[in-house]
Amino acid sequence: MTNDQGHLMIKTALHAGRLMIENGSEIARVSDTISRIASNAGYPDSKVYVTITGIMMSVSGEENAQIEPVTSRSIDLEKITMVNDLSRDFADHKITLVQFEEQLTVLDHHSHYFPLWIQLLSAGIVSGALEVVFRHNYPDFLVTCVIGLIGWGIFYVINRIAKIRFLSEFLASAAIGTLAILAVRYHLGTNADDIIIGCVMPLVPGVPLTNAVRDILSGDLVSGIARGMEALMSAIAIGSGIAMILQAV
Amino acid sequence: MLKLITDLILTYIGTVTFGVLMNVPRRSLNLGGWIGTISFLAYRLCIAANLGIAVANLLGTLIIGILSMQAARYKRMPVINFNIPALVPFVPGGQAYQMIKNFALGNVGEAISFLLQVAIIAGSIAFGFLLAEMVNRMQTKLMVQFSSRWSHENRNNPKL
Repeated sequence: MTNDQGHLMIKTALHAGRLMIENGSEIARVSDTISRIASNAGYPDSKVYVTITGIMMSVSGEENAQIEPVTSRSIDLEKITMVNDLSRDFADHKITLVQFEEQLTVLDHHSHYFPLWIQLLSAGIVSGALEVVFRHNYPDFLVTCVIGLIGWGIFYVINRIAKIRFLSEFLASAAIGTLAILAVRYHLGTNADDIIIGCVMPLVPGVPLTNAVRDILSGDLVSGIARGMEALMSAIAIGSGIAMILQAV
Repeated sequence: MLKLITDLILTYIGTVTFGVLMNVPRRSLNLGGWIGTISFLAYRLCIAANLGIAVANLLGTLIIGILSMQAARYKRMPVINFNIPALVPFVPGGQAYQMIKNFALGNVGEAISFLLQVAIIAGSIAFGFLLAEMVNRMQTKLMVQFSSRWSHENRNNPKL
């Protein structure tokens, strides 16, 4: 790359793209954002190729393309929104390219997750509320809340230690199955099936599933299929955790 | 009737709290919850009118797709913030669980019938989103022709 401005543009655009994919954005939005950043920085004819595991980008007429691998993956929709806001600010000339890159670095190192106790409480309420909506089993509302809370806690802790999403889903759903069956055996709940259905709802792979459909519809077939496999693996992890417990009793 | 109202309130609560788990930004939680509730109401009305689960899910996700796009334009946020929480009440959790349970216990016939139900629901959800995408694109095309602000904003949109 011969000039610094172009170099900085590619660096910023790839950084923004990597942040969005890491936190669960669909591919069409990423390539759209990257080409908008490029055209707003004065390079309207840049080429970009985005997949779920890496981004390639080049400016037409220049020689070198650059690659940005995407290795980690989590779900944080707030980061996607903040990258989107930054990109809009850049388009409106409220921030310069240098400031954009600085703010992306800040965003990369700070996550604004809700505090753990709010997450646990939400997981409990999701479980209880959806258990009632799906099964109309009012007496089991409270016990579902408690088991859902414990299940999310296990998922969160194992995700922190092992950093393998499928493993934490598997162990969390096995724990949910065990607790639900024990709760019914000791007369704390009435129907183990309903309790389990409610409690696994916070673990459902909603983001990969929605993104898989959206990616395939918008023509990003490679990423769509990869994302579909991710969702399927999560579903299999949850299902086999539950099935293992059901077979054991 | 009372049952329906409790269900709708719980749907709203469930949608918002699922949004918290996915770390949806705070300013879009409320709107996402409303979209989930409205589309779930449409789903329940379809079930009550005996239209079957396929049509009910299709209509529900169609409404999610259209409303999420309007919300995203109104709040200037990515559409994913609204449609992921709103989709939660449509997840075929009960059928998927029955499928797993019957497979685990060896009742393969019943398990396959639940598997087909899951497939029908998943398919109608996907096509609901597809239809919503079509409606949204048609809306953009129309608005670009009639409004100067829209045509300015979409001047380099490759999809048009």
